[in-house]
Amino acid sequence: MLAAAWLVARKDLAIEFRTRTAFLSALVFALLGVTIFYFAWDATAVAAADLAPGVLWVIFTFAGLLGLQRSFGSELADRAVDGLLGAPISREAIYLGKALANLVFVMGILVVTIPAVVLFYNLPLGAGIGALAGIAALAAVGLVAVGTLFSAMAVNTRMAELLLPMLSLPFFVPVVMAAAQSSARLMAGRPVAEAWPWLRILVAFDIVFVTACTLAFPFTLDE
Amino acid sequence: MTSGQLSVSPPPPPPIPSQRDPLVGVALLGIAAIYVRALAFTPIEARQGAAQKIMYIHATSAFIALYVAFVLMAIASALYLWLKDEKLDRVAESAAEVGLCFTTVVLVTGPIWGKTIWGAWWTWDARLTATLFLWFIILAYLLLRGAVEERGRRARYSAVLGILASFLVPFIHLSVYLFRTLHPMPILLKPSSPSLPNEMLVTFLLSFAAFTLLFIALLRLRYRIATLRDYVADREQERA
Repeated sequence: MLAAAWLVARKDLAIEFRTRTAFLSALVFALLGVTIFYFAWDATAVAAADLAPGVLWVIFTFAGLLGLQRSFGSELADRAVDGLLGAPISREAIYLGKALANLVFVMGILVVTIPAVVLFYNLPLGAGIGALAGIAALAAVGLVAVGTLFSAMAVNTRMAELLLPMLSLPFFVPVVMAAAQSSARLMAGRPVAEAWPWLRILVAFDIVFVTACTLAFPFTLDE
Repeated sequence: MTSGQLSVSPPPPPPIPSQRDPLVGVALLGIAAIYVRALAFTPIEARQGAAQKIMYIHATSAFIALYVAFVLMAIASALYLWLKDEKLDRVAESAAEVGLCFTTVVLVTGPIWGKTIWGAWWTWDARLTATLFLWFIILAYLLLRGAVEERGRRARYSAVLGILASFLVPFIHLSVYLFRTLHPMPILLKPSSPSLPNEMLVTFLLSFAAFTLLFIALLRLRYRIATLRDYVADREQERA
């Protein structure tokens, strides 16, 4: 199943790599967001370092939604999804492949956005960078697991662009909360142990929703 | 009609409910009676004063919305994916909509109490935030139902969302206890025995019974509407 999932992911990534439109626009959106957020606060009243975690995760969530929209939106043209469904692979493999491609997409955004936030908000980030990368990976898995499933559902509704954020954002709440809380502690130079309870929530969320969404995905397809 | 022709008679219409449902009236009367008892015959709380009396609406509605309506929606959703029975989809739909009303009551009565006791209509307390997000989820569920045309697909999609939402609630609750919370801790549903004076406890439980009755009455009404709507849609499709 994983080999089939990898094939689906490679197909999506190849499309994305050859056009690069979605990735670049999501990236520019994220960077613009990071800079605009800075001016939404009184920089003399709130330290930039206190803002940074919130900015990072809010921007990341919205940039991620842009990528997720595309995930099944691209299968709509010429009913490309039929080809996918006709392939001799399991439904779960299609979901995992789609999710994998989205994960690469979202992680790609993070790889640029995190250094941008560190740079623009003057964060003293020493040993915490490894842990921050870990949090980012955990958060990305949770977002992508839920978002990929909802993307498959939203494209078949009357208001796809609006419905995906409406369905996804409540599910992103525990992820964003846990990611922001744990990274705030790390960015402030606190020991990793303080972020631990939040990290456990992230890990549990990932396990529960990757499993649940994989099992639920076949129900979102029209036979 | 010739004998060779196959005659398809439409299925008998679902029983049309009478114009007035006595159950709704009984439940509303019950709630009115409980409030007479709560206002006139239940002692005033020492520290919060009269404001505490909103608890008989607020906490009961919260319990029904979170633990009855929401759980019913999730169970009906899961059973629908298993059994594919349209009735279950209608139960989930009705539970969500009535649950939304009860959650709205919680979100309206809460700030009224909060303004008196905390001095603020709203705080970003985790429990308030969690309820607000639950309200958003139910709203998204109903919006999703409205955005899908085809009935089978609508039922499947909303069932998937209903089940996933039930997985989400524990996570929102977990974050509740990680944040420092202002909200009064549960006084009834906790491991130790309820720390409520007897008169208040009786009023509370009676109020709970009355609101449960109201929930059942509204759920039944809403379910009938859904049944009739599907019946009409079927007939229209046959004619087309």
